[in-house]
Parts: sequence; C-alpha cells; structure tokens
Amino acid sequence: MPMSSSGEPIRDIFRSNGHGPTEYRRVYVWELPVRSYHWINATALVALCITGYLIGHPVHILYAPEAYQQYWFGWVRFIHFTSAWVYIMNFFARLYWGFVGNKYAKWRTFLPLKKSQRQEIVEVIKADVLQVKMHGPISTGHNSLAAFIYFLTFIVFLLQMITGCALYAPMSTSWLPHLFAWVVPLLGSDFRVRFWHHIFLWFFVCFVIVHIYLAFYHDYIEGRGTISSIVGGWKFERVKDAK
Amino acid sequence: MGQSIWQSMEKKGYSRREFLQFCAAAATVAGLGKSGAAQVVSAFEKREKPAVVWMHFQECTCCSESFLRASHPIVLDVLLDVLSLNYTETLMAASGLQAEKSLNDTIQNNKGKYIVLVEGAVPTHDGGVYCMIGGKTAESILQTVAKDAAAVVAWGSCASNGCVQAAKPNPTGATPIHKLVDKPVINVPGCPPIADVMMGVVTHLLVLGQVPALDSLNRPKEFYGRRVHDTCYRRPNYDAGLFVESWDDENARRGYCLYKMGCKGPVTYNACSVVKWNEGTSYPIQSGHGCIGCSEEGFWDNGPFYQHLPSFPGFGVESTADTIGTIVGVTTLAGVAAHAVVTNVRKQRVIAEVHAEEQKES
Repeated sequence: MPMSSSGEPIRDIFRSNGHGPTEYRRVYVWELPVRSYHWINATALVALCITGYLIGHPVHILYAPEAYQQYWFGWVRFIHFTSAWVYIMNFFARLYWGFVGNKYAKWRTFLPLKKSQRQEIVEVIKADVLQVKMHGPISTGHNSLAAFIYFLTFIVFLLQMITGCALYAPMSTSWLPHLFAWVVPLLGSDFRVRFWHHIFLWFFVCFVIVHIYLAFYHDYIEGRGTISSIVGGWKFERVKDAK
Repeated sequence: MGQSIWQSMEKKGYSRREFLQFCAAAATVAGLGKSGAAQVVSAFEKREKPAVVWMHFQECTCCSESFLRASHPIVLDVLLDVLSLNYTETLMAASGLQAEKSLNDTIQNNKGKYIVLVEGAVPTHDGGVYCMIGGKTAESILQTVAKDAAAVVAWGSCASNGCVQAAKPNPTGATPIHKLVDKPVINVPGCPPIADVMMGVVTHLLVLGQVPALDSLNRPKEFYGRRVHDTCYRRPNYDAGLFVESWDDENARRGYCLYKMGCKGPVTYNACSVVKWNEGTSYPIQSGHGCIGCSEEGFWDNGPFYQHLPSFPGFGVESTADTIGTIVGVTTLAGVAAHAVVTNVRKQRVIAEVHAEEQKES
C-alpha cells in the first residue's frame, strides 16, 4: 500500500478526506458549563487585558478641561475590577466542574499523570510544533499537551489573581482581596507587585494568540469541528480511532 | 530621672494651662483626637519620663533635619527638652568617653524602659567595618542598645528598608534594622519621614506607653494606612483621565494628574498629601513634581523616577515589562504566522497526494 509523506497509508487519508466510506461519530465533548466557562472567561480576559493595558498607559482623550466633567479613567478601572471578580468566580466554578463534569472536563486530564498522556505530549510536539508528522493520534477532548498548558495557565491565572488582589486590597473592604495582602510585604512594595502583574498580562496576551491559532490549526488539519465544538459542544471522531 | 513630664515642665516654669495645651496638641499628633486629651494628661502626670537614645548609623541626617522642622514646637519640646534625650551623636554636647558613658548609663539605669530611635541602615558585609563608632561596629552597638529597650523605632527609609545604602549593588551590605533586631521594630519610612509623623509616633509611644497599630510592614497605620494617591488633591484628574503629558505643557499648568510622568503616588503609603511638609505648606505633587515613592522599599532600584513602571532588569533603563511584553507578543504573532505558512504547504501536499491517488484509482 502506498504511504504518504506523513507516514500514514494514503488510503486512510484519502478516506478521511471524504472520498471513501469513513464513519464518523458525534461526541458530546464540551458540556454547557464548560462552554459557558470558556466564553465568560474569554470575555473577561479580553476586557482585563485591554483595561489593564489602558491603566498602565492611559490614552490621551482630553475632551473636557475639568475633572468633574468626566470619569472615563474611573470607568476603565471599574471595568477592570468588575471583570476580575467575574473572572475569579468563573474560575472557581470551573474548578468545581473539574470534579463533577464529564471525562473531558475532569481535573485529571490537565495533569500528565499517566504514561499514555506523556507519550501523547511527545506525539503532539512532533506533529504540531516540529511538524515531522501530519498528525499524531487525535484525542477527542484536550490533547495532553494542550491540557498541561492549560494547567500552567491556571497557575499563572492564580498568580495574576494573587497579585491583583494584593494591589486591590487597600481600596477594598471585601475579605477576598485581603487574603492576599501578605504578597506586598513578601515582594517588598506595591512597585514590585505591580511589576509582576504587568509581566503576567503579557503571558495572557501570548496565550490568547497561540490558543486561537491552534484552535483554528486543529480544525484546519483534522477537519472535525474543533472550532464549532466550543459553541455547540459536539466534536466528531473517526469510529476506527475510538476505543 | 524619676520625674514625670508634668513635674519636669512645672520645674521649668510652665503653667498648668500651658501643660494642658501641650497635652491637647500631643493627643492630636498621636492621632487620639480631642477625647484623648484626658488620657494624655494622666499619662504625662503619672508616667516617669522615658529615657531616649537616638542612634545614627549609615544615614545622611535628613531624618534629624526633618524632625527639627516639626510644625508643633511645643511637641518638639517633648524630645529636646521634656524628654530625657540621653544620647544622640549629632546633637549632644558630650563627646568621646563622656558620650559613651552617657549611653551605657542610660542602658544600665533604664533596663526595659528606654526608647531607641535608630536613624540609618547597618552594614553587615566584611564584619560591619563600613560604619564604626568608638571602635565598635554599628551592628554590635545596635544589638547592645536594642537588647533592653522598651521600644525600637526605625527612623526613615535607611533604617526601615535600607534606602540608598541598600540600593544595588549594596556594597556595604546595608540592612534595615528590623532584620537584625529580634524584637518588633516600628518602621517610620520616608527619605526623610515627615516631621509631624515622627512627632506623632514618638508622642504615641510616650502617651500610651505602647506601640501604635502597625500594618503588615510594621508601619504605624495612622500615617501609612493610605496611599499618597488616595488623599491626593489631584486624584479627581486621575479618575477623569486628565493627565500631564509632558513637563510644562498646558495640562501641567492646569494641575492635572502626574501619573504619566511617573508619579509613584499610587504605590506609595505615606501621609504627604494630608500632613504635608514644612508646617503644612506643600508636598511634592502640589509643587508640580510626581511622588518618587521615597517611603517604599527599593525605590532607588524601581526607577527611573519619571516612569511609573520599573525598568525590566537586564534590558536597559528604558525597557519596562510592557516593552518586553510587546516584543514577546509580536514575536509570538510572527511565530504563529510562520507556522500557518508551513501548515498550508503541508496541507497542499497531502491534498495533491490524495488527488493523485484518486486519479489513479478512477
């Protein structure tokens, strides 16, 4: 049987390109809470990045000469703080769902605890990053590398939440930000806390770029509804791949 | 020794009325308010006046200079006249052996009762040779003095967080005193601290005989509880998004917020915008210059002063976290674009191969 440059039998690719009888099955992967989490998170994150950048670099909008006539910078900060609360609460909801959701949402998928997960990470690096293969074995949910990167993102999110709360604590009467007031003495001053809060912003910017690109990339290469799955929840898997 | 403040004032010829006025002023300065005056009167009548030693280590004496400019002269008397200031290198008449004796006597005669005020950081590198007084290192003097003290106060940023001595590369190993003394230290940071704040802290110690409420960095909450930004009279301009864009522009003349000129008010805890300086005349922001954050740890290393985000270490003076972030972000975009091109080339190849196979089969 002739083999393709990707090392797969041409016939298989041929079939998966729709010319032969390849059977696909529809799988409900992303449950409603997971999809809600994703879009609330995306909205809040974009709002946080934009308002956060503006707080660091206020744009020159000078349409009123006196302070009492406008409040736009106050609103920018208000949106930043409100989005932060939404983001935090949404994250806690997702943590909960990591324990009660379906197998694709479970906390275990985010950590490469099993050997098969670690093998998959190597496969995905070969296929997606080094591009020596067309594609490795396809996971229906997150692939192990993506899942592990989400886990690291959660860590950065926690750091961002901790530094943000530490900066917010002096202006707040709520107990949650005050839980993290110890960060200021730890780093020495608000200067340093703010510095790290800025660094993490750029992590999120890079994450968003890579995340959106890879979502499209997988749809583009695999052609089984990766992009639409985060709207409707369904993905397709080849029956032959499913075990 | 053994006299109360009232007794010593009476001896100096102050009337009862003057004493009461003094108590009211002291109560206000200590943040107790009018209702606290009775408490102060009682304390000053009964409590023995405490002995005070004021140590000078690695410093520029700006804290002492500031202290002498306190706007309540009657409270200033507390330290220079009414109190027993038994030892201070810059102001005392005694020198040499007499000075040393005075310090030793104070420690011996007032064990557990005297107050230590420390101005300056303490060098720790090379056995502490960079600051020695009377043949002894600053560190050993500090340990001796602090051991039996009732309270230890760190005057200014040097003693509280190291200030310029501890700025990179910190050749002398300058260390703030709370890291050397194993008892709670009241930090009164600032380069220098505001005179009236120093008065307030000393008065609080005298009046109540106890340490004032402190925040997580051991600074008195009454003076360091809020940021310069929170009580700044230019704050409405910040919320309105009205900023000075360059020195001496029209916005600067209008008194807009100095945030974009690197004002550190939003990250600096101090009472400047409330108490102000030089008898309440002004403070940096009121004079048209941003706050440089002189009461915050590492303010020398978090520069430049005219940029509100610190420089990114290792990338030169002008690179902030945001410059580096932008470069990394653009690089990521470029990487993703390159990846997309390679992906398309590969996909085209597969489609061509499949197409060829299809042709062969049909």
